[in-house]
Amino acid sequence: MLQCRVLNSPPVVYRMYCRIILALSLCCGFTSAAAIAQIEATSVDFKNQKITIALAQEPPQLNPLKATDQVSFFILGHVSEGLLRYDRRGRLAPGVAEKWEMDETGATFWLRKNARWSDGLPVTAHDFVFAWREAVAPITASEYAFVLFPIKNGEKINTGALDKSELGVTAIDDYTLKVEFERPCAYFLKLTAFGTYFPVRQDFYENRGERYAADVEDMLYNGPFRLAEWVHSASLKMVKNENYWNRESITLTEIDAAYITTDTTARLNLFKDGKIALTGLDSETIKDALNQKYRIRKFTTGSVFYLEFNFRDGRLTANLNLRRAMQVVFDPNELVNKVLATPGNLPGYSLFPVWLDGVEGKFRKEFPAKRINIDIEEGRRLVALARQELNLETIPPLILLVGDSPTAAKQAEYLQGLFKTTLDLDLKIDIQTFKQRLAKMTAGEFDIVAAGWGPDFNDIMTFGDLMASWNLNNRGRYNNPRYDELVRRAQNSTDPQVRMEAMAEVQNIIIDDVVILPEYEQAVVYLQHPKLKGVVRRIVGQDPDYTYARVVQ
Amino acid sequence: MFKYTLKRLLAGVITVWFIATATFVAMHAVPGDPLLNDKAVTPEIRRNLEEKYGLDKPVFTQYLIYMGNMLQGDFGISFTQQNRRVNDIIRDHFPVSAMLGLLAIFFATAGGIVWGALTATYRNRAPDVVIMFLVILGISVPSFVFAALGQLLLVNINSWVGYSLIPVAGWGTIRHMLMPALVLGLGTMALLTRLMRSTMLDIVNADYIRTAKAKGLSPLRIFFRHQLRNAILPVVTILGPQIAAITTGGFVVELVFAIPGLGRYFVQAVQQLDYTVIMGTTVFYGAFLVLMVITVDIIYGYIDPRVQLE
Amino acid sequence: MNHSTTAFVADDFKPARVTVHAEQLSRPSLSYWQDAWIRLKKNTRAIISLYIVILLGFFTLVGPFVWTTDPTLLDLGQISQPPGFSKIALLVEPYQSWDGIILDDFPAEPDEYIEVIPPPENFRVVDSPTTQRVRLAWNPVDGAAGYNIYRHDHKPTAFNDLGLPLGSTFGGNEVSYEDRLDIDSSTYFYSIVSTDGIDESELYTVIEIKPRQIITVQAALQRGLLTAVEANTALGKEIKLEFHPLGTDALGRDMLARLMYGARVSLFIGIVAPLLFVTFGVAYGGVAGYHGGRIDALLMRFADFVVALPFLLFMILFKIAFGIGPGESGIFPMLLALVMLAWPATARLVRGQVLQIREEGYIQAARLLGARDSYLILRHIIPNTIGVILVTLTFAVPSAIFTEAFLSFIGMGVAPPTPSWGSMCNEGVKTMLSHPHELIFPALFISVTVLAFNLLGDGLTEALDSRLRSRE
Repeated sequence: MLQCRVLNSPPVVYRMYCRIILALSLCCGFTSAAAIAQIEATSVDFKNQKITIALAQEPPQLNPLKATDQVSFFILGHVSEGLLRYDRRGRLAPGVAEKWEMDETGATFWLRKNARWSDGLPVTAHDFVFAWREAVAPITASEYAFVLFPIKNGEKINTGALDKSELGVTAIDDYTLKVEFERPCAYFLKLTAFGTYFPVRQDFYENRGERYAADVEDMLYNGPFRLAEWVHSASLKMVKNENYWNRESITLTEIDAAYITTDTTARLNLFKDGKIALTGLDSETIKDALNQKYRIRKFTTGSVFYLEFNFRDGRLTANLNLRRAMQVVFDPNELVNKVLATPGNLPGYSLFPVWLDGVEGKFRKEFPAKRINIDIEEGRRLVALARQELNLETIPPLILLVGDSPTAAKQAEYLQGLFKTTLDLDLKIDIQTFKQRLAKMTAGEFDIVAAGWGPDFNDIMTFGDLMASWNLNNRGRYNNPRYDELVRRAQNSTDPQVRMEAMAEVQNIIIDDVVILPEYEQAVVYLQHPKLKGVVRRIVGQDPDYTYARVVQ
Repeated sequence: MFKYTLKRLLAGVITVWFIATATFVAMHAVPGDPLLNDKAVTPEIRRNLEEKYGLDKPVFTQYLIYMGNMLQGDFGISFTQQNRRVNDIIRDHFPVSAMLGLLAIFFATAGGIVWGALTATYRNRAPDVVIMFLVILGISVPSFVFAALGQLLLVNINSWVGYSLIPVAGWGTIRHMLMPALVLGLGTMALLTRLMRSTMLDIVNADYIRTAKAKGLSPLRIFFRHQLRNAILPVVTILGPQIAAITTGGFVVELVFAIPGLGRYFVQAVQQLDYTVIMGTTVFYGAFLVLMVITVDIIYGYIDPRVQLE
Repeated sequence: MNHSTTAFVADDFKPARVTVHAEQLSRPSLSYWQDAWIRLKKNTRAIISLYIVILLGFFTLVGPFVWTTDPTLLDLGQISQPPGFSKIALLVEPYQSWDGIILDDFPAEPDEYIEVIPPPENFRVVDSPTTQRVRLAWNPVDGAAGYNIYRHDHKPTAFNDLGLPLGSTFGGNEVSYEDRLDIDSSTYFYSIVSTDGIDESELYTVIEIKPRQIITVQAALQRGLLTAVEANTALGKEIKLEFHPLGTDALGRDMLARLMYGARVSLFIGIVAPLLFVTFGVAYGGVAGYHGGRIDALLMRFADFVVALPFLLFMILFKIAFGIGPGESGIFPMLLALVMLAWPATARLVRGQVLQIREEGYIQAARLLGARDSYLILRHIIPNTIGVILVTLTFAVPSAIFTEAFLSFIGMGVAPPTPSWGSMCNEGVKTMLSHPHELIFPALFISVTVLAFNLLGDGLTEALDSRLRSRE
């Protein structure tokens, strides 16, 4: 889950007194499924414990084996459940598995007998074996297959070297699942709460084929909720799953995502109008919300945004002094306070965000990141030095590749102004739509690219291996044997002290070598209906999480 | 008549083929790679994806395959929503855009005819001046400004009334459609008002009106039977192209009012470089427009006896 | 005459005086264009529009020389300022970081659980508050595991109305907070609430603070507000900040300068694109119409194809297909896309005109007299279609401007940092409520321009309509 998380994930609610289905028979003879009417909907309904929310976009892929984006994982996290799950305080808790054991070579899970699919059949160990094998099978072409690589042979199967039946996971009986590791994996339990690790039942999956998860009836549910209605691009409704093993702990009977729009102004208007129970704000809508006397909340998403340099041969940014020059004039505080200008964002000082766990406490408390003093004179000196080393009269304009969101453009313009006035360095802004930006990132057609990384699981390694030479997401092709060695060391150990010390050195390398220029740790501000309680905002997993939410009187 | 229709339809089919080809060429000229995603994938996974979408074949082969499928009415599977067929997307979302467009056209024509007739009748007097000023606004202010203002207005009205009188966004009931359709139809309404006014003024001086007056017909009868009926004809002629403009021009309105129409899909698809959705929507729209223009021409032949369809 | 001489005198050769009984032609003969001009001048609206168009030209071309502010210059000290006079700022030193206050003799985690934690006492400002930073401190509270700080622009009326959640401290002994978030020189109300680490107490304390507008000496020097000599003694003195007559945008850039720069982009596309596609359309339609027959049929069939392409869809598609490289504004791809899609209308129109003129009597006559094709085209056909072309051109301008604005609005237009009126509207529409000037000015410019060209087009249509030639 990564860059460009949509600021503001949606929320919301209400009640329907009446639904009218307008069958639109048009000249072309189509009947519209998209025309479902909601009358007198309200954001929260105490009596029926229903809420209405808005989604930023339609979930593109609800097949857990293939899902990659935040909205899909948001829905999946509510309608499915893995071996483990996160509780309302963000701690790992039993899910389908009742208890488990783990050592350096593998793990064993004992499944509860009362976990059921929405059609009443039990969830068994075979469903996990099937799902995980499918997820790593090359034919599935899952972009998230890599999260299963800690399992024995995962990577080899994915590259086609072995058959999927060789995957290190076996169902000892219907309710016992045994996993063998490729190498020690300290964070494996956290992975089992991740969407790609969710179970899928073979007979149903094969029966639906390509249509699996394309519609409400093309999917099986084993989570606290199930899909009840899905009008593509218009609305999506989840209702309480009566087959869920822990249904007593679920209060909400219905989560109706009745609106799908990326427009934050439209969503705020819906909130004002009492149509939705939760909405994200951006720097533009926040002032409007303030005037309405709404209580504004903030939440740190856990994602880090940064400028990534291109280290390929012949790129100017491969020059250390040039990168240093930019480092000493770039003040993340100014970016956060004046350009982003929404509360909650933290200035970026490290690739590792402040919430990551260290040995005992928080990693960043145990191993604070070095601070860089802003020094324009020093910056100019470094540019002069870089010019000498590169044998250039003047430094030609650098290409700054960014996405096409308004915030991205604003940041790019800020950086352009900053480097021009402080270092007399020209930037050429290259604004590209999503796929074009990715194409250019992959091909290395940039000097600096504005990127971001969101955590996939709650362990430092989700950030740590990002700049390793083998990581395909290392778009600047940074290559440092020492860095690679440290990552390997942390990956092959389960001792927190060893792992964190390796990561602390990685943190220093990133700052000293200016591998990236951290910009900020993202926060979102949002409004929540005062009668809606118990919504959990999560850094990892479905966010926002309505599983434990309730409507109070 | 039948022969004429047939001829026009045949030409229409060729036009649609041209549109499909142009789209295919333009789309493949777009830099970027539709299979890339946030997370980088291994070459093996990539090969599998390419195979699934047939992108491993030469472009010309892809073109032939695409045209073949299209002839059978199959637009393929979306790249971004990997388990949805483009046909389903069109079937689900086109009616929404069409419904909105129809209502917008209705507002535009009704408004245009009424205001136009009014201004012509009260030429140079207060109603004329006021309406023409509004018309000028309607033509000069960009639709996205109207959309934003319209939504703002609704929020204020609702908070003033105390409940949700007209929903500010969303889709479903006729109440959801009012404001978006009005905003969408505003530009066309202004155009039609102007057109209506000028034709009405031409007609006032026509011989047959003078004759009718001389015969002593009542002013009301003259107005409805002679003036209005003749003045509406030009309105019908520009309706064809206007329907096109309205149905495809709904992006902004669909976005601002959270309406699940096809226009929004198209913009998204272009940004995501979703080949099949781009092709599907463009070809479908193109075909729809061609059909609309032919229909309007044929209808025109019926209502205006002076026009001879060859 | 009996003078009996046969000799003629000079007088006899004078022309006889003619007494004219026929009607006198009191009017000098007027060419088509002179007549059109006279009639246009009588049309007040058209003339006013003409003046507006000329003014816009001045605004665009001469404006930047008069108002020399750099449209790309950021001023993060003056973000989204409404139109008005320049502000006075105090000159200060650069920002010095502040360690805050952490008490050693107070527990970070509370020892006992308290049901309702009171808000801190002695909530106060440390150092003088400025637009650079506001530093707050307070006394610790028993039972608190942290504090949340809020900021609002009016006095909070309830717990739900505390305003922006600025930040939190994590520990009952962390009793200070520094706010640097987008501070303006207006009055703020800061509130503080205690938390037990998970839930917030609903009790709060408020203080009112009016930060002072400041600018660092370095920044003032850099922006040319101070000379190097003055800078040495400037600390603590006051200085006038830059004047922004129409306010600033979200990055503190001067709106007036951006509007002028944006005018170049919008008008460039608005005028050059129509010129190009009308020229092409005229040539295409002219050839088709003049030759007629099979060539005509073929050319017009192709034009029909292009007309059938859904305009906006293809605008977007072409625009993206041509691509924008780094540092490019995207004006050229847009121009190209517009020209590729918009020419057929003119071509059809001109073809129709040419077909009609070709059959006129005077053309037949000229042909009989042996006129060549080139003569016919240059002398007769072009002059007779130029009126129609001019009108088309005038109406094409507003629609091109609209197209640009529309595309920029949906984010597919010119690329930042190049401003255009459309992209400025796009930025402005989001802040419509808090900073309306960011939307109003560009929208006004688009509207006035479109209006002027439309009215001018109307005027020209009437003036160039030969059926309406003045007859007095």
